[in-house]
Amino acid sequence: MSFTGLFSIALGSILVENYILVQFLGICPFLGVSKKTDTALGMSMAVIFVMTLSSIFTWMVNEWLLIPFELTYMRTVAFILVIAALVQLVELFLQKAAPALYSALGIYLPLITTNCAVLGCALQNANASYGFVEAVVSGFTAAVGFSLALLLFSSVRERLRFADYPKAFEGFPIALVSAALLALAFMGFSGLEVF
Amino acid sequence: MTIFPILMAAWQNILIALAVLGGLGALFGAALAVASKVFAVEKDPRLDEIIEVLPGANCGGCGYAGCSTFAAALLDGSAHPGGCPVGGEECGKKCAAILGIEMEKNTRLAAFVACSGGIHALRKYDYVGISDCASAAKLAGGPAECRFGCLGLGSCTQACKFGALSIRDGVAHVDHEKCTGCLKCIDACPRHIIHAAPYYADVNIACSSHERGAALRKICEIGCLGCKICEKTCTHDAIHVVDNLAEIDYAKCVGCGDCAAKCPRHLISDSNLNRAATDI
Repeated sequence: MSFTGLFSIALGSILVENYILVQFLGICPFLGVSKKTDTALGMSMAVIFVMTLSSIFTWMVNEWLLIPFELTYMRTVAFILVIAALVQLVELFLQKAAPALYSALGIYLPLITTNCAVLGCALQNANASYGFVEAVVSGFTAAVGFSLALLLFSSVRERLRFADYPKAFEGFPIALVSAALLALAFMGFSGLEVF
Repeated sequence: MTIFPILMAAWQNILIALAVLGGLGALFGAALAVASKVFAVEKDPRLDEIIEVLPGANCGGCGYAGCSTFAAALLDGSAHPGGCPVGGEECGKKCAAILGIEMEKNTRLAAFVACSGGIHALRKYDYVGISDCASAAKLAGGPAECRFGCLGLGSCTQACKFGALSIRDGVAHVDHEKCTGCLKCIDACPRHIIHAAPYYADVNIACSSHERGAALRKICEIGCLGCKICEKTCTHDAIHVVDNLAEIDYAKCVGCGDCAAKCPRHLISDSNLNRAATDI
């Protein structure tokens, strides 16, 4: 795989096909943990960590088990199994090896099990029949794109607290409106291609 | 009988799927089981027991980040069982029982507002800004003539999560029944006149002014003049006038109430509890 190919995958998953703002995957943590930039950063780190690992393991499961046994229709179940087990394993490992990181990530680590962007990424990797390196790059950059959107949105929401908007828009309505505007901005990347 | 081979083929598919996914699940399960043994973090079993006993409000009144950190501090001995202001004595006893130690007595704290001024004190000007002590204090040193006195705008009442503080006659007042001793109000007061006093303290001095007697007399009808009558009256060496203000040593005070009876300003309450009762 050439460098340009990997670069185009990276550009695609960070900007053009951003998981949150263009594909609308992983909206739950996007709205849930975007009130503060600190927590958004914690979630982003956890997602980058898990998404990269999960693309490695789901690639293995897909290539070495599902395709040889013609079980590709079981992808969703198998991938969820892999992701859930992986998150548990990572949690156990971090608790022992890096307690500081473990307490910093806190509740966000187990929450990732239900983050559909992680599953979405694994499924898209499988559908695109990526090679190992491509799958890893795609997983990592998708998580970077996720983090980018989350951090942008959290800084917007921090500013929103001091903004003057109609009372009826207080709370989630104004958050959704600003999320829509952010998504609109990301639509501007569509059609961007690397030759 | 034509359906039989189709059924057989279907069975085969189902079995393969079952074997592969079941195997995968069993593999992950085994890996997790091994991992939980290998990466097991040793925890004191008493930790969970203590957390169970604590109120679980995570209010931070004990000075730790939450109930679980307080429980950990109890275990390594850096906190004492009576340290939870919300759980009080009962919770402290349970914690002490789990730890197998004796609980020290009367460690419960309550907030005490060391000012009686309010309507008895002279005002510099009428403050009409936002109702917040900190901003009032910034405007020419606050509306009260006394630079130590309560501003009476109730920043502490807002800080109190238990509704224990109220403004009465221009002075913040602690409802002893409701005060849990979380002491959030101490930080909220820009004048620093709220103190942590032992809950069962018999004597408290409701003034913070270090102003000299003659000067204070002009601006407050009730504040401590530093006349030292209390100091001379006390037979237990528990009350002293330092910088024109009487100070009580809770460790030495026996609560005889002699100083309270002799105070010309009737400033010393002979009991924290009585004071709360009589004020109502």
